[in-house]
Amino acid sequence: MLGRLTWAAIPFNEPIPLLTGAVVIIVILAALGLVTIKGWWPYLWREWITSVDHKRIGVMYVVLGLVMLLRGFADAIMMRTQQALAIGDAQGYLPPEHYDQIFSAHGVIMIFFVAMPLVIGLMNVVVPLQLGVRDVAFPTLNSVSFWLTATGALLVNASLVIGNFARTSWWNYPPLSELTFSPGVGVDYYLWSLQISGIGTLLTGVNFVATILKLRAPGMTYFRMPVFCWTALATNMMIVAAFPILTATFMMLLLDRYLGMHFFTNDGGGNQMMYVNLFWAWGHPEVYILVLPAFGVYSEVVATFSGKALFSYRSMVLATLGICVLSLMVWLHHFFTMGAGADVNAFFGMMSSIIAVPTGVKIFNWLFTMYRGRVVYTTSMLYSVGFMITFVIGGLTGVLLAVPPVDFVLHNSAFLVAHFHNVIIGGVVFGAFAGYNYWFPKVFGFTLDDRWGKAGFWCWLGGFWLAFTPLYVLGLMGMTRRLQHIPDPSWRPLLLVAELGAVVIFCGILCQIAQLYVSIRTRERRRDLTGDPWNGRTLEWATASPPPAYNFAVLPQVETIDAFWYMKRTGRTRIEPAYETIEMPRNSATGFVTAFFATITGFALIWHIWWMVIVGFLAAAVTVLVAGWSDPREREISAEEIARLERARLGPRQPAE
Amino acid sequence: MRHAALVPVLVGVATLGGCSEGILDPRGPIASAERLLLINSTAIMLVVVFPVVLATLAFAWWYRASNPRASRQPAGDYEGRIEFVTWSIPALIVILLSGVIWIGSHQLDPRVPIAAKAKPLRIDVVALDWKWLFIYPDQGIAAVNELVMPAGTPVTFRLTSATVMNSFFIPQLGSQVYAMGGMTTHLNLLADAPGEYPGFSAMYSGDGFSDMRFVAKAVPVADFDAWVKEVRSAGPGLDAQAYGALAKPSTAVPPATYRSVEPDLFQHIIDETVSAPGKAGAAWRPPLQKGRG
Repeated sequence: MLGRLTWAAIPFNEPIPLLTGAVVIIVILAALGLVTIKGWWPYLWREWITSVDHKRIGVMYVVLGLVMLLRGFADAIMMRTQQALAIGDAQGYLPPEHYDQIFSAHGVIMIFFVAMPLVIGLMNVVVPLQLGVRDVAFPTLNSVSFWLTATGALLVNASLVIGNFARTSWWNYPPLSELTFSPGVGVDYYLWSLQISGIGTLLTGVNFVATILKLRAPGMTYFRMPVFCWTALATNMMIVAAFPILTATFMMLLLDRYLGMHFFTNDGGGNQMMYVNLFWAWGHPEVYILVLPAFGVYSEVVATFSGKALFSYRSMVLATLGICVLSLMVWLHHFFTMGAGADVNAFFGMMSSIIAVPTGVKIFNWLFTMYRGRVVYTTSMLYSVGFMITFVIGGLTGVLLAVPPVDFVLHNSAFLVAHFHNVIIGGVVFGAFAGYNYWFPKVFGFTLDDRWGKAGFWCWLGGFWLAFTPLYVLGLMGMTRRLQHIPDPSWRPLLLVAELGAVVIFCGILCQIAQLYVSIRTRERRRDLTGDPWNGRTLEWATASPPPAYNFAVLPQVETIDAFWYMKRTGRTRIEPAYETIEMPRNSATGFVTAFFATITGFALIWHIWWMVIVGFLAAAVTVLVAGWSDPREREISAEEIARLERARLGPRQPAE
Repeated sequence: MRHAALVPVLVGVATLGGCSEGILDPRGPIASAERLLLINSTAIMLVVVFPVVLATLAFAWWYRASNPRASRQPAGDYEGRIEFVTWSIPALIVILLSGVIWIGSHQLDPRVPIAAKAKPLRIDVVALDWKWLFIYPDQGIAAVNELVMPAGTPVTFRLTSATVMNSFFIPQLGSQVYAMGGMTTHLNLLADAPGEYPGFSAMYSGDGFSDMRFVAKAVPVADFDAWVKEVRSAGPGLDAQAYGALAKPSTAVPPATYRSVEPDLFQHIIDETVSAPGKAGAAWRPPLQKGRG
């Protein structure tokens, strides 16, 4: 009746997961209780859960990413503590079977459920506003995407309490991940949660490519789009190109595990090298899927806070598209040590280092944007400058690893771990935080506290270097990654410094929580009534903060790059246009209901509860089909209503001629 | 950003301290060449990276809004010439590096035998859960978690795995290569001088991974011959039955030797891994829930 699921799945005899699980469950129940007592359910259901407004969905993505950041960071500090304790003969406090789950979960959560939701969340909030339109191309699909991502995150975290997670690292390489070597539910949790969230991500990719190609304000030609939109376009094209590879690869591994097939097994003609190739054929574009939107954020932030147009827009666009194409041709550098010949290794090494050219150009462009500008140090600008310095060093170590013979001695070492944290934290996470501070007033109508924000930045920057510089050195000293205990006692001082760095990063997280709390408490003082708190250049600043559901009362007419800057200079913002009736999509429960049944299906697949698989899958399919075949329903907002709202915000203006 | 300066400092400390047994302390021609490539590539890139970091700090400081002495020019001017420079500089560096990559990849291809006067020694390496088996086919002996080799003599390794993927790595001797089930990979290494060099698996392979370590002992040729003689004279032989016992998962296995080895054991292990008798159809049996442990 319940497949493999028995009471043995609950970790009664293991205090760490049991206690953590209990605390998490109590917190969730308390939150649900509070919502019930306060009667917030109708509000949550109407304004958030069933909302198809891109801004609301974007906010939910960012919230998901930030909450999961706490989970992934808890994993990180547990690993650092284990490695600081388990040196020489000491075994630390985490046995291998637990430690191995933690580093696997850390990687999966940080990539799929922190970095991805943060960048997708920012794209959701910003792209339609920057394009000067009212929503994405497929609003209901957007909601489906978000809720499927949330399903994946939920399943990964359920493994903490029910069963266990994969002990196969975030790559999940076969044959270790095959049934022979990993018979438990851990790998199935990994595979199904990523399959389900992967569908959500692919739909996001389709949605945003369609949005950027087909929905732009009148006059917004491609070469008038803000750079963030260009990076979003490149990222989503890469999602469309790369995520199906991941889904197909995982499906083959699932067939191995569920139907006894032999795609990647040692025996029966399986080929494990194929998995490794396919995984990184997705995995390397994924790195750029994450970092390109972050590059877009920096481009907006640096231009705004230097008070100048971005230096060399066309170079920036060309570099973005170059990275987009090149990123699909470098996957083999993740396994130079597999034994391919010198020609193959040399080709992929050279392709990998070529990516440094467009990336270097971008760095120069931000540099020259600051040149002779008036640089204002808000929190977002600090993150941008911190990024530029951190990232070039991460780029240097990255190109170093692209030299195959150097990789032969640094592959899988702590040096590599330091390198990719260097580019992911210094690039993607700093970018996400810069964007969070930059666009927060747009979304919520008040600015974030700068003092706490800057304190958080300095902790993150200092903590990052403190945590990962020792790992660079340890890698050179011959420390490999994923060690549950450390053989060489002489590495202890560096491991303690790394632990200290993690603690400093934790202080950074506390500062950010304080920043949010303080900002909400003092929000009346920090209201942004203009909609344009930073003297912005692009169209998202042309509407109110927070923007009305319809974003723009009248779609803006775009004539240049930095359209809003131009409008402000020419005084066009002081003219009142003629309002017309707007049709906006209605709320839809499709996303939430589909994800609800997808969760049930995923859970049942993991535990081999076949009847529940059938019920869950059919229900999810019916939900999607019903939504697909129903007529699109829209609600109208009358011209009078819009005129009333706009006049209340902007006051009297000159009527249009 | 103030911590950026720490990187070269710390690297320098680690190098000067000489405490490392890592890749900055090479004991063979392959590892030495790889360290040289590491240093050269870093130097080539620092030519650009260092000025960029300085320029970023300088611009970020000088053009701050509160600096009354900075000249401002809010509107962009003609960018073409600077654009040409911003594309050229990284491109030139990458062209240079590409040459380094092409030549380095070919010179340091792990398959290429090392030129030396001495005749190469053959060693077959098998990754097991969770230990290393070293077979000396020409000597007819084997060892677990202990690799003895003559100093100054090139060693030609053939590698495979009887289990999951692992990576065979002795940092002070250079290149690592994957050991994969049902497949053979190749590696050539040489130790310049006698010494004991740590070796391990550099590819996570399951719960016993952290203890999958061994010591590579480079000894004078005469000592190597004496060691071979000593191994041949005592201890068990490695026949199919003994191999079966050895192949069972175990962790932190102490070094051991085998006086004799079944002929062609390396090939037999590959054949067995590929065919996996008795495992066919296992997928349909619901696997036992092992608890959380």
